[in-house]
Parts: sequence; C-alpha cells; structure tokens
Amino acid sequence: MAYLLLLPGGIWLLLFYVVPTISMLSVSLQEGSLEQGYRLTGNIGVYAEVLARNDTQIIRSILYGLITTVATLLIAYPLAYTIAFRGGRFKNALLFLIIMPFFVSFIIRTIQWKFVLADEGIVLGTLKEVGILGQGFHVLGENVAVLGGLIYNFLPFMALPLYVALEKMDKSLLDAADDLYSNRVVAFLRVTFPLSLPGVFAGSLLTFIPAVGDFINPEFLGSPETTMIGQVIQLEYLQNNDYPEAAALSFVLMAAILMGVFVYARLLGTEELTG
Amino acid sequence: MGTGREVDVRLAGVTKRFGDVVAVDDIALDILQGEFFSLLGPSGCGKTTTLRMIGGFEQPDEGAIELAGANVAGLPPHRRDVNTVFQSYALFPHLNVFDNVAYGLRRRRIAKDHIPGQVRRILELVDLPRFEARRITQLSGGQQQRVALARALVNQPRVLLLDEPLGALDLKLRKAMQLELKGLQHEVGITFIYVTHDQEEAMTMSDRIAVMREGRIEQVGPPEEVYERPATEFVASFLGASNLLDGTVGPPDGDFRTIELVSGEKVRVPAAAIEGTERSIKLGVRPEKIRIGTAGSASPADGDNAIEGTVRDATFVGVSNVYAVATRDGHEVTVYAQNLGTSTDRPPAPGETVTLTWHPEHTFVVSGREGGADGE
Repeated sequence: MAYLLLLPGGIWLLLFYVVPTISMLSVSLQEGSLEQGYRLTGNIGVYAEVLARNDTQIIRSILYGLITTVATLLIAYPLAYTIAFRGGRFKNALLFLIIMPFFVSFIIRTIQWKFVLADEGIVLGTLKEVGILGQGFHVLGENVAVLGGLIYNFLPFMALPLYVALEKMDKSLLDAADDLYSNRVVAFLRVTFPLSLPGVFAGSLLTFIPAVGDFINPEFLGSPETTMIGQVIQLEYLQNNDYPEAAALSFVLMAAILMGVFVYARLLGTEELTG
Repeated sequence: MGTGREVDVRLAGVTKRFGDVVAVDDIALDILQGEFFSLLGPSGCGKTTTLRMIGGFEQPDEGAIELAGANVAGLPPHRRDVNTVFQSYALFPHLNVFDNVAYGLRRRRIAKDHIPGQVRRILELVDLPRFEARRITQLSGGQQQRVALARALVNQPRVLLLDEPLGALDLKLRKAMQLELKGLQHEVGITFIYVTHDQEEAMTMSDRIAVMREGRIEQVGPPEEVYERPATEFVASFLGASNLLDGTVGPPDGDFRTIELVSGEKVRVPAAAIEGTERSIKLGVRPEKIRIGTAGSASPADGDNAIEGTVRDATFVGVSNVYAVATRDGHEVTVYAQNLGTSTDRPPAPGETVTLTWHPEHTFVVSGREGGADGE
C-alpha cells in the first residue's frame, strides 16, 4: 500500500509518456503521405535510412552535448563550490543569481544572445568600432555561438545539483582529511570531489540530455553548418510532414542518449551515486 | 608508563580570540608522555578550542604549542604527529571501513603490502574484526566510533586527540566504551588528550584532569585530587554537589585549624588547606562524606566535625537516601546516606533537626575569588 503514493505520477507518465511513446513508435513504422494518409507497414528500414541521411547532425548534436556538459561542469563546479563552502550569509543571494535567468523565457534569453553576438550588435559592434576586433570578425552562425548559447542556457542545471551535493557534505570531513595527512588539493581529490559525484552525475544528465536534443540555440545562433538533430526532427515534423521519419529520428536520438547515460553511469560507478 | 616521563605537549601562554570573544585565555599546560589527560568543563569553556589548537585546526593568537619539544606554530594538521577522533566521527561516507582506516597510511605512502596487515590489526584492537568491507552507513553509532578510533590510532601518532567521542552514544554503551578506551590507551601507550563536559567520564578514565572555565584552567590534577580537594568554588560545584559553608579562620589545633562558621559552630580543617593570610574562607565537604543522625541520637566520633541542621527534603534513590539539609547559617547541604538497610534508627524525616558529622580530613577549602582563580 506504500506504493499508492506512486499512483498519480504513474498515471501521469502512462498517459503522457508511455502512450505517446508507443504511438510514436507505431508512427515511425508507417508509410504514406499527408495527402494519402499513413498506414502501418512495419517499415523498419526507415531507421537505417534516417541514420544514414542525418549522421552528421546526430554526431554533431552528441558532440555539442558533450562539450556543453564538460564546459558547464568546469564553470559550475567552482561556482557551486564557492557558494557552498564560502558563501556564508550570501549563500541564498548567490543562489538566487544563478536561478535568475529562469525568470526570462528560454527563447527570449537565446534571442538576447543573438543581439549580443550580432556582427553590428552591442558587443561586437562596439569592439569593432574601437578597433579591438577587425571588421570581418563574426561569431553568429559559428559553432562557438551555438555552444556559447547552450552552455549559458544549461549552466544552472549543472550548478544547482552540484551545489546541493557540496552543501550537504559534512565539513568536518575536511578537518578529518587534513588530520590524515592530506593537504587541500589531496583532500579535494580524495574526499570533496568523490562526495560530489552524485551532483556531477545529476547535473550532467540534466545538461546533456536536453542539450543534445536542443533546437532553439542552433536555430537562433547557428547556421546550416551547425544544424542539430532537434532541428531536423522539427523540420521533418512541422514542415515536411514526414511523421514516420521524424518519429524514427526521435527514437534514434533517444537510443543514443540512453546508451550514453548508461555508459556514463557505469564509468562513475552507480554504487557511489546511490550510496 | 615509567618515571621521568617526557613532556609530550606543552602549552605556554596560549590565547585564542574569536572576534571579541576570548575563547582560550593565557593557559599553560604540560601533558606527559603516555598520559590520559582530560580537558573538562562546561560548553564554551574553551576545551575544544584548546584541543583544536593542539591538532592544528586553529592557530593561537598568542603563546606557544610544543609537540615533543618542537614548536608547531603555523603547522597545519596534516604536518603534525597527532591524530584526532572527531565528535561527529567524520568518517568518509564514500569509503568502506578498510579504506577509511587505510586513508592515513596511504597518504603517508606506507608500503602497499603493509597496509592490509596494519588495518586488520587495528580493527582487531578496537574489536571490529572482519568489518573491512562494510560501508560506514551500515554501522551503528558505537561501531562508527570504533572505526574513527582505529582510523586515528593506525597512524601511531605521538598524541591522540579525542573531542567528546562518546557524546553521541547512549548511556550504557558510553560506560562500556569508557573502560574500553582506558584499556586501549594502556595497551597502545599513546598520549590521549580527551575533551569532555562529563565529570564522571573524566574521572573514570583520566590520569589527570584540567578543569576549564571561561577560557582558563581552574585546576589541574589527578581525579581524586580535583574531587577531594577542589581548588575553587567552580571546580567544587562542577565535580558534584559541593556543600559550601562560609567561615572565619581561627587558631591552629595540631594538624588542623579551627574555623568558625557564620552560625557560630566550630569545625576543623586540615591546616595545609589554609593558604596565605585570608581570614574569611569557604569550606566544603562532599555529600557522601557526611553522616546524618537525628539530633542527640548519637554523639559524633571523637574529633569529628559536627553541625546542626533541619531536614528540608529526603529522597529515596535506591542505593542511597539523599537529604537536603538547611544548616543554621542558611546554607543548604546535600547528604548521601548509603542505603545499608541495617540502621536501627528510622531515617530522619523532613522538618526534623539533625546532626551532620564528618571527619575533618574530608573538609576542603576553596578559593572564593571570582572569575576563575588560577588554582595555585
């Protein structure tokens, strides 16, 4: 009866996740067109087809996701560490600053980045005016612009789980490490970092999964050279109305992410993460 | 533990301030090699700060700390030959018992093939054999306490610091661990410095006790001495019911001095207990040293001190009867009368007038100076 509490969430997931997923699986195995209607033909070949046609975008998306995850980790760790260990009475204020971008919608924030990075925008325009940058310098449409947007947008998703993991760490463990012949670097590597691994793991998932599937950042900040798989799915679905291909691509993406997460969990050691 | 022992830890004029608060105020202390030494006092008396300064977790603002004759000023904990058993144990939750205990050995780069043997031996010593693979979260409080002890002891430090290590355990386990710790210390021969606010714990285990109050040391001595001959009013009352009476010093009487109490009654105290030229003093006697009898029922033994009082309250607590007796000069005195069950007289009842008698040897004199006397 203790599981009764799982019922609302369970029903929710069944209705809005399991059912749509199964129906999408069936869509991916249909053939036809918008005009003539779609029929379930069990066309498994569509998977090989979309994989072959979009391999560049798939690989690029995974690479972007990886780079975003590593970069947010490198930026967010010192941030979360400082707030958790040295935040003192400013802890909550500093945390609020991390969350503050959430008060502006994801799309608006990304469009703002477009203004910031625009060739004649506030930042680049001014720098060119003063002569620090050459007139031909541009960022928008390049890998670095899309990655910048992704890293900026997903930073809080990395920082918050890291903060939670570091904050709940018993600070007397650092005294104990110090007592047991560990200088600060050794204490960090042997005690603090291993204890923050659950936060690293949670933050990585929260960043990597949506980053790989993101289509907003490449849409506003990118170019055809930076197309991500999310954009392709959106295109197939909303413009080409090729529902089977869009559905198949979604499953390919999901499979790729699941495999990545599985490997990652094994690398970090699941026992560490649950204990 | 032989004679002519070296000083392991020396504190000289050590002072520590936190902002405006003086946590430790100019203390001096010599702790000998192999000693079980307790820092005893109420919370906020500076005992933990003192311990943390010896460990290197805090640096003194003034004064010197020597470990085995060498000044350790400015040395961080990881470069001092001391180890600490923390109040919260501070065991590493991501490591199992073996890895926790081996942590210090590995950092010191002890040869890899020596580590398992040393870990196993120390775990046997703390009575946790075959616990190597357990996770910390699977251990009870008492077991965690032993792992913390093993993790520190395995490094064979010169001095082991213990910060109220039994505080989180229940009473029964605490009693058992007190004896075990004392036995363990005897076995390993390492100097233990033990912080506690529990006077009974300190007296059970220690070779010597330093009683602290408001950052200062009130008295240092073996348990019997600080209990039987407390130097200050604070020590007298912190180590049990103290039964203090005011009196005026009178003429010598052999090895004793006569003291006239406010009530006019005269008692004798050991002459050695009176120092200097003070005329007006406070004297005390421990509750278990007093015999109680209904007035006139029994004459006091020859030479015993005797005063009169009225029973305010009598409580039966099993092994003894506890009486609160109002003396004629208005003090309240606690008396423990052992429950022998053989007494032919009925026990005194509240309201009755009684005579309290005790041997003059059992009278102590405290310095009444306020604000923490230096106990000399």
